[in-house]
This record gives sequence, structure tokens and C-alpha cells, in this order.
Amino acid sequence: MMEGLADLYATYQSTLAYIGLNGLLALSIYTSLSCGQLALGNAGFAAIGAYAAALLTMNAGAPFPLALAAAAVVPALVAIPLGLPVLRLKGIFLAIATIGFGEVVRIGLVNWDYVNGAQGLVAIPQKASVGLIWIVLAAATLLLWRLRGSKWGFALEAIRQDEPAARTMGIDTASYKLAMLMLGAALAGLAGGLEAHFTFMVAPNGFGFSRVVDMLVFAVVGGIASVWGPLFGASFLTVLPEAMRDLAPLLGIEPGPLRMLVNGLILLAVILFLPQGLVSLGARWRERRAARARRAA
Amino acid sequence: MQQVVNGIFLGSIYALFALGYTLVFGVLDILNLAHAAVFMLAAFVALALVGHGLHILAAFPLAVLGAGLLGVLLERVAFRPLRARADSNISGLISSLAMATIFEAVAYLVWGPNVSRFPFGTIPESQFHLGGAVISRLQVTIIGVAVALFVALTWLVTRTRLGREVRAVAESPRAARVLGVDVDRVIAWSFLISSALGGAAGVLYALAFNAIQPDMGRGVELKGLAVIVLGGMGSMPGAVVAGFALGLTEVFVVANLGASWRDAVSFAGLFLILVLRPRGLFGAAALREA
Repeated sequence: MMEGLADLYATYQSTLAYIGLNGLLALSIYTSLSCGQLALGNAGFAAIGAYAAALLTMNAGAPFPLALAAAAVVPALVAIPLGLPVLRLKGIFLAIATIGFGEVVRIGLVNWDYVNGAQGLVAIPQKASVGLIWIVLAAATLLLWRLRGSKWGFALEAIRQDEPAARTMGIDTASYKLAMLMLGAALAGLAGGLEAHFTFMVAPNGFGFSRVVDMLVFAVVGGIASVWGPLFGASFLTVLPEAMRDLAPLLGIEPGPLRMLVNGLILLAVILFLPQGLVSLGARWRERRAARARRAA
Repeated sequence: MQQVVNGIFLGSIYALFALGYTLVFGVLDILNLAHAAVFMLAAFVALALVGHGLHILAAFPLAVLGAGLLGVLLERVAFRPLRARADSNISGLISSLAMATIFEAVAYLVWGPNVSRFPFGTIPESQFHLGGAVISRLQVTIIGVAVALFVALTWLVTRTRLGREVRAVAESPRAARVLGVDVDRVIAWSFLISSALGGAAGVLYALAFNAIQPDMGRGVELKGLAVIVLGGMGSMPGAVVAGFALGLTEVFVVANLGASWRDAVSFAGLFLILVLRPRGLFGAAALREA
């Protein structure tokens, strides 16, 4: 029995780790979205966190906890000079500016010889276990969940619904938005640092535009009304390809394109029919049942 | 001189791509991230038509038309249902991403992940010299087609009834509706024209580099963003000028700093413009800041 479990764990270890990492990345997008800001620089922040942590453990011999702290702190600090100018932009323009930032980070790393350019860093010591990834994810979830019910949470919600009105009511919208951008950067950086020490390598092209699109898809498919949506979306879309791996040969198509096709269709269906994400399905279903019970009574 | 020619040539493709991008943005305030997927599919459609024995001069307009129809499909499926929503510009961005993923998956399923090429002899090989630069007939044709399309679009937007209606909807959909404009029809036409331009850019790009891949749209997608931001979101002359500017700058950066810095130009430029002058070079002073 124990042996069977151990086998199962060995087989699915990397899936379990990626559920945790993708959950962190989805939460990192959610932090900005929770005050209505579509900031898409998180692949860049994850790259900065990954490189900062990996360089510390490899070249400076720093202990892993210190490296992990740097993975969170360095991107958060980078978010300050980035956020001060770009957070004045609205909606789509903020999204575009932050996409530009992410690409500049990636191209900068490709051209930086000290970190091996496009090849990236290899033979990073493996320090991050699945358990550690999940502990960090749990801590991040708790933090964001507590934040939601606090005075902060109400301020963020007010900014999301109507920013000028929130400012009129005396909420310092600029500081809140910057704080959430920094928090999102820290979470993305943590995910990057953990990933680097789980897979032993980082390369700049792993942090391109498609990576941040993935994060956004996790969050949107799960739903961005609460912390649970991004977590559910990340888990669902990380496990789904594993579940579909056996399906692809049956349909006679490659697993990669099948995964893309299914992801695209799910995202489209969610945005068209379930704007609150998959987690709202449960609530909807309960409502319908309650309505039916009322009618019966 | 050679660099200038190459820059103008690359710039004309960027400009064509960005024109379609900025047209939809101007009309709807929506970023259509599936534009690059249409760019890619049009190239594949042209390839398939050439593969069936059609001459490239016949395949090109058909592929462009196909791209336009894809645009109409895109509008019906991904944008029209969301139009009434308060956050339609962000949800529209996400649904267009979904469509881009679906289009790309379809291209992988039909044509596979490898680079496809036009059969030998599709493209005339002849070259001539002009003031020390070597120019191929293909390059001249591509620049010529691009310029012809710029002229046609300018005429369409400034001189025709549809153009006036497009501009009215861009100004204010509500006011246009009050004045009797069929807003849904105008938006569908905008998507048709926009995607046709994107498709034309895709076929020309594929001919220029003779390489077609399902992910060929990705790089152009972000560069197109840089171009429309630089030119001023929604500004068509801006998109053309910025497209040529980017093409020329990239060619000079590759010649002087090396190929790996090429993409840094567009993103650093995009970033600086948004921070320093959000309306771009030619954009109207709209409310882009909160």
C-alpha cells in the first residue's frame, strides 16, 4: 500500500509541483486583477525571481531560504520603478506596457552573457521539494484570503469597481495599486525561484509572452472573484493535459495541439458563458437546486 | 543603402499588419490578440492554394479574402456576445486570446509543427541593382502591394460611405446608432477589412522569408502592438509611419548591435512611449490615464 503510494507520488511528482507553481503564478495575476488592473508583466517578474535565487545559490553559495527571500524581494523592488509610471495607464494600456516590460526582461536575459544568454542557467541545486512549493502556496493563499476580508480588501474592491469614485472617497488608489503590483511580483518571483530549484534550470525563453498568457488563463478560467478561482483554474488546467495524454492517440492527434485546442475552447466557453469562472458553477448549481426546492414546496 | 531598402521592405509588412490591428482598436477600443493568428492562417491558406496548383497571384487575393471572412467569424464568436459587458475591453482581449489559441491549434493539427515552404518557382528570383543596393523583384512587389493597400484603405476610410460610418462608430457608437448607422454591420466590416489586411501581411511575410509555421504570428503580434502604440492607438497614418520606423530601426540595430538585440528595440520603444507620451506620435489626446 505504502509502496503503491510512493510509486504514485514518484510518477506524479512533477504534476503536483506544477499545480503548486501554477497556482502561485495564477495568484500573482489575481492580486492586480483584484483591484481591476490587468498587469501582464508577471512572466518578467518570475524570471527575475528565478535568476536572482539561482545566482545566489550557485554563485554566492547563499543558503536556500535567503535565495528564496530574494526571489520574492527583488521582483517586488523592481515593481516600484515599473509601477510608478505605468500604473497611471488604464485598462488595455497598462496591459500593453507590462507586456513590453516582460519582453524587455526576457530579451535582456538573452543578451546577458554572465547568465549564459539564451541557454540559461543549468545545474542549479535541487532545493525545492513538492512539499515546500505547497507550503508557500498555502501561505500565499492564506495571506490573500485574509486580505480580502480586511479593510484593505474593501479598498481594493472599491478601486476595482470605480477608481475615480474610490479616490474621491479618500482612498489612496495609487498606493494600493502599487502595493498589489509589488505583491503580485513577489508571488511570481517566488514561483520562479521555486521552479528554478525544482527543475535545476532556467532559461529566458521559458518566461515569454505565452507564459503570462497561461497565468491569465488559469486565473480567468477558475474565476477572479475570490482566491479559490485562480487556484482551481491552475490545478484544473495543469491536470487536464495529463488526463488527456491517453486520449490524444485515440483521436489520432498529437497531445500538444490537442491541449492547445482544449485550452482555447475552455477559455472561450468560460469568458462567454461563465464570466465568474468555473468556481461559479457550484454556486449556480446550488442556486438552481434551491429554486427548484422552493418551487416544489 | 541596402539597409534602407531592407528596412522599408520589413516596415511595409509591419505597417500592413498594424493597420488592421489599429483599425479594430480605433472602432471598438478592443485589442484583437487573434490578429496574429489570422496573419498566420492566411499564409497557410495561400500555401495550400499554391499547393493545389494555383498561381501565387491568384492565391494571394483568395487568401486575403479568407482572412477577411475569418475576421467576421472572430467578431461573431468572440466579440459581439461580449459587447454589452462593462469590462468588454478586457474580456474581449481574453476571448480573442482564446480564439488565437484555437486558430493556432488548428494550424498545428492541419499542417504540423514544422516549417512549411512554398514550392520552388512560386517566387520569381530575379534581382536588380539600384544605387549600390541589391533589390529582388519580390521585395519591390511586396512594397508595391503594401502601398497599394494603404492607398485603397485611405480612400475607403475618407471617401466612401462605409468609411464615414466606420469613423462615426469610432467616435461614438451610441451617437452613430442614433444617426441611423447600423453599428453591428459597420463593426463586422471593420473586422473584415482589418483581418484582410492582417492576412495580406501574413502572405507577404511568408513569401518574403519563405517560411510558414503555426507560431509565426507570435513575434509579429507583439511588434504590431509596439507599432500601434508608437503610432497612436487607432491612428492609421500613425501605424504606417511607425511601421516603417520600426522596420528601419530593426534593420539598423541588427547591422550595428547584432540580431539578438533586434526585438529589444520594439519593446523598449513601446514601453517608453506609453510612459512618456501615451497618445503616441499621432494619436488623439484621449483618456488613457486614470
